[in-house]
Amino acid sequence: MTDDAPNELFDLEIRLLLEAVYLRYHHDFRDYALSSMRRRMRHAMARFGCERLSDLQHRLLHEPGLFAQALQYFTVQVSDMFRDPLYFQALREHAVPVLRTYPSIKLWIAGCSTGEEVWSLAILLAEEGLLERSLIYATDINPESLRIAEAGAFALDRVAQFSRNYLAAGGRASLSDYYTSGYGGVVFDRRLKRQIVFADHSLATDQVFSEVHLVSCRNVLIYFNRELQDRAVGLFRDALVHRGFLGLGSKESLQLGPHATEFEPCVPEQRLYRKVAA
Amino acid sequence: MDLRREIDAVVMGASAGGVHALQAVLSSLSADFAPPVLVVLHLPSGRPSRLPELFAPHCARPVCEAYDKQPLEPGTVVFAPPDYHLLVEDRGHLALSVDEPVLYSRPAVDFLFDSAAAAFTHRLLAILLTGASADGSEGIAAVRRAGGVAWVQDPSDAASELMPSSALALAGADEVLTLNKICERLAAY
Ligand SMILES: C[S@@+](CC[C@H](N)C(=O)[O-])C[C@H]1O[C@@H](n2cnc3c(N)ncnc32)[C@H](O)[C@@H]1O
Repeated sequence: MTDDAPNELFDLEIRLLLEAVYLRYHHDFRDYALSSMRRRMRHAMARFGCERLSDLQHRLLHEPGLFAQALQYFTVQVSDMFRDPLYFQALREHAVPVLRTYPSIKLWIAGCSTGEEVWSLAILLAEEGLLERSLIYATDINPESLRIAEAGAFALDRVAQFSRNYLAAGGRASLSDYYTSGYGGVVFDRRLKRQIVFADHSLATDQVFSEVHLVSCRNVLIYFNRELQDRAVGLFRDALVHRGFLGLGSKESLQLGPHATEFEPCVPEQRLYRKVAA
Repeated sequence: MDLRREIDAVVMGASAGGVHALQAVLSSLSADFAPPVLVVLHLPSGRPSRLPELFAPHCARPVCEAYDKQPLEPGTVVFAPPDYHLLVEDRGHLALSVDEPVLYSRPAVDFLFDSAAAAFTHRLLAILLTGASADGSEGIAAVRRAGGVAWVQDPSDAASELMPSSALALAGADEVLTLNKICERLAAY
């Protein structure tokens, strides 16, 4: 046995498990970045008391209830309101004036997790007087996260950070205008939600479902390998109208992929792009 | 150990006192230092780091901040960006993640070391420097389990001893070295 045999064996077990999950539950994690998947599989093994990953695979195949819990380990649900405030400022300054010219506006937040980004965008649109004629599609593969996102309720100890971000993002009022507090948490105004559709949609296996004017997909592509990143960006290109906007996470970029020429930088430092004619 | 023949990548981790220590270490790299050098320095979150600007003047090799799926270039010094974990995806690429912080830190040394150990196994050199955090201990353990080489700064020589001493307690090291010695060894490349 060589030194690296245990690592190779673990990688092999990961591939087998992801294949099993795909065949059994149709969730496709096979093209996710391996480096962070390894860590999360180790955590899942510890959490479910499995000594080997193949033990976890066995249990996942035979216990559908366990898969629902394990889904939390296949994906990362970390988010923040107005995360990277300058990104939201760029949306306000560069995307909003164009969106304003459409009689009705469709926006897609892909990989919306527990909803922080969705509620942020809804507030931004409300302050710009555009929410009434907007429709926001908020999609994710994690049903538990979508449920939380839809509830619009967040822990009180996170609100100070949310407020700081909101102001840094160019917020026009006070974040507290948009929520009511109680029970150790805050709940965002239902009225913001009337224009939001929360839906299960996978960038790995599903197709385009609507034409949209803006896609925001932040810190989702980092979990994909290059092939799957290309698939996802292809969906965004197909969904976007001519000159539509695409916003990515602050360390994600299109420069490496085959779709690089189909978009032009709009605010490059904030990873805001626009679709150009092919 | 013959760095030139035995090592394909170098990873470094530091926290409190790390700017000074890393300036010394990075300035000891010669212009023909071939392995990529990947660095996690704990940072305050929520603002741009300017680490490349800070370190480039002291370093004979190019210095940059990582972006997602960045190809690994020989002899390039790559820093983890603030608010992201830096990982080695495979022997040719990096990856980033926004997983929860480790011991309040994102980037975390453990993420980098652990993923680099999986990719480079025994061809990896990990260097853990000063810091007031126990982050990096699990990483050093992973590097050693995979057969890689771990140098840990002598806690009595470190500005902040917790990071090196925690790693030594958990995982030991191949060598415990002063900052000067670490620089000398790298300079001899
Ligand atoms: C780190 S969160 C990003 C949250 C938010 N966009 C932000 O930047 O704060 C990543 C999200 O991507 C979702 N995700 C992972 N794979 C996906 C897929 N194939 N299709 C859609 N969403 C996915 C995860 O469930 C998770 O909610």
